[in-house]
Amino acid sequence: MAYSFPEEVLEHVFSFLSSDKDRNSVSLVCKSWYEIERWCRRRIFVGNCYAVSPGIVIRRFPEVRAVEMKGKPHFADFNLVPEGWGGYVYPWIAAMSAAYPLLEEIKLKRMVVTDECLELISKSFKNFKVLVLSSCEGFTTDGLASIAANCRHLRELDLRESEVEDLSGHWLSHFPDNCTSLVSLNMSCLGSEVSFSALERLVARSPNLRTLRLNRAVPLEKLANLIRRAPQLVELGTGAYSAEIRSDILLNLTEAFSACKQLKGLSGFWDVVPAYLPAMYSVCSGITSLNLSYATIQSFDLVKLVTQCRNLQRLWVLDYIEDSGLEALASSCKDLQELRVFPSDPFGAEPNVSLTEQGLVSVSKGCPKLQSVLYFCRQMSNAALISIAKNRPKMVRFRLCIIEPRAPDYLTLEPLDAGFGAIVENCKELRRLSLSGLLTDRVFKYIGTHAKKLEMLSIAFAGDSDLGLHHVLSGCESLRKLEIRDCPFGDKALLANAAKLETMRSLWMSSCSVSYGACKLLGQKMPRLNVEVIDERGPPDSRPDSCPVERLYVYRTVAGRRIDMPGFVWTMDDEDSGLRFS
Amino acid sequence: MVECEKLGFEATELRLGLPGGGEKSNANYGKRGYAETVDLKLNLSTKEICLDQSDLDEKNLNKEKNLMPNCATDSVKPPAKAQVVGWPPVRSFRKNVMAIQKKSDSEDAEKGTGAGAAFVKVSMDGAPYLRKVDLKMYKTYQELSDALGKMFSSFTIGKCDSQGMMDFMNESKLMDLLNGSDYVPTYEDKDGDWMLVGDVPWEMFVESCKRLRIMKGTEAKGLG
Repeated sequence: MAYSFPEEVLEHVFSFLSSDKDRNSVSLVCKSWYEIERWCRRRIFVGNCYAVSPGIVIRRFPEVRAVEMKGKPHFADFNLVPEGWGGYVYPWIAAMSAAYPLLEEIKLKRMVVTDECLELISKSFKNFKVLVLSSCEGFTTDGLASIAANCRHLRELDLRESEVEDLSGHWLSHFPDNCTSLVSLNMSCLGSEVSFSALERLVARSPNLRTLRLNRAVPLEKLANLIRRAPQLVELGTGAYSAEIRSDILLNLTEAFSACKQLKGLSGFWDVVPAYLPAMYSVCSGITSLNLSYATIQSFDLVKLVTQCRNLQRLWVLDYIEDSGLEALASSCKDLQELRVFPSDPFGAEPNVSLTEQGLVSVSKGCPKLQSVLYFCRQMSNAALISIAKNRPKMVRFRLCIIEPRAPDYLTLEPLDAGFGAIVENCKELRRLSLSGLLTDRVFKYIGTHAKKLEMLSIAFAGDSDLGLHHVLSGCESLRKLEIRDCPFGDKALLANAAKLETMRSLWMSSCSVSYGACKLLGQKMPRLNVEVIDERGPPDSRPDSCPVERLYVYRTVAGRRIDMPGFVWTMDDEDSGLRFS
Repeated sequence: MVECEKLGFEATELRLGLPGGGEKSNANYGKRGYAETVDLKLNLSTKEICLDQSDLDEKNLNKEKNLMPNCATDSVKPPAKAQVVGWPPVRSFRKNVMAIQKKSDSEDAEKGTGAGAAFVKVSMDGAPYLRKVDLKMYKTYQELSDALGKMFSSFTIGKCDSQGMMDFMNESKLMDLLNGSDYVPTYEDKDGDWMLVGDVPWEMFVESCKRLRIMKGTEAKGLG
């Protein structure tokens, strides 16, 4: 190509492309662009760690600096994936330690990370800067000690919601005295107390610290000391927010907060004593993100705090806020974009708080920017859903959990098909949807017809027949992740839409009616899919082909079958499995 | 296995009570209702129970019962329903944290320092008997003052009006009295000290106030 730019120029142009989609498009233009692009790609995102192998990634992208990866399916969060299923990151770390000595960032979600992994990371990557472990498990505080001790340029250590075996709080003291690079520290999921003086010194010598999320064990009386050393904080997660009522503690805390002029996010708030909430009032006007989802305080106290945060964009809260509190929220917080209301007593037989569909309707009416909702409640009506849909056509994420499975419209006793139908019909930008309540195949017809931008759909205890699943698989053009539990969906829809599954990241079906025979057939016909049957009753071969499988996980892959499957996972191979390359 | 099925059946019975009246919904969807019942039974007995028995057995049902708030002090709540694995979709992380907090909340309630009412005795110098107020009913000092005014107005009618006639301005007179120097509102705090009402933020006052005493100004030395 006589007119082509020199490589360096193309590389420079490509460096402005950050989205994977754009980079992938660029790679398809011609061979030389493919080559140039692959040498300069610095960030990769692997949505399913089994969709590709470390070897393939390293071969194609030799100069990666940041890796983001996800392991277990989403329903693992709710104990639907048995222990030992997989998602081990070790093979990746081992391969990358040799291939990517300049690696700086590792972000993992729902993966099994061991202390060996952490030690390997800390020793292999001299420039390591960012470690984010979201909902991960398998490591102990000893692994954290390796990271603290050896990563000289560590900027971020974020353990959000991971399950860490907490041997002691001593790990924090392993940060060397000359480590001053910390920008973000999130240890909120840890149980043990760390040495407070070590923590204080660490905060004091980290002038770039922007995010500090403490764990419950850090007492309120000492919080002021920490905050005072970091008035530049943008995000703060408190420890337990309770102490004996003493005016000196309150004064100290109030003073410390008032010095934090940049504070935008607050979280933590375990064991809240309402008398101490006023200490934060001076920063409320700047707060855009507030996580009160562990604060077991009454509506009145919640409202007092929340209504002062006029610039609030994100609120996570318990259902103690009640309908009245949500109404107050709707009048005060006009910038609200995301609301999550969690259940305080999810297993109680009777409602313990006065939170109904009305709260959500109020917020949908009063908050013009509302686009992301997660709402647990005990009753819902089609009228309410229709109202919400009409109020907020720009909704992007809508997850509703009516606590009782198959609960109908409490006013009319009809299914909630019309309500959710209105949601998908009005909210044309909807990307994520979780359904609940009494639903027939009709709702899936609406979804297939209207939800053209839908990427992730979660279904539980819904539908009448295979037609429901067929509507979704044949209609939802943008669907990437589909997770289903306890629905009467079976073989027909699955097999009729087999090709669709190659356009998606994954499909999860548990406690449905998919037979072993259909799984085998799917595995045989679709070599580029891994069709995995998870069944704790023993080999599916020992039962008739017509017997439904417990759980089915189907995902597209270029890596072939997994080699790390536990005894209760079986892959349905294609006919030429013997000739597979990995 | 027998216990297994029994549990499943009980759980089904509990779950037949759909909100809005189980009877009605069965009538509307006669066939559906039956199918649902059968589905529920089948689901529980073949899948959830036998596979995830550890979640549904007695031990865990009892554990879940302990998560009920104030189970020792309140009247008996209906027991938690036999649980379906992973439903409602609340992460274990969150469930565990809530469980710990509920326990300490209920312990607090037993000790009487919980989030319920906060009744304290109120005495007014010269009044023949004491009253009780629930501090949680009020949100500001002014509201409390208004309420106390209403409460004690009957005691001042006789005193204020020497001619023995009903004075319709009594309440405001009492307010003047309360706000003026004649009467001084004081309270006893958790440490047993007598403090002047109004110094600390309202919420802190509610947490630490043990009893109230509306003192005659002449007696309120050393508090101002």
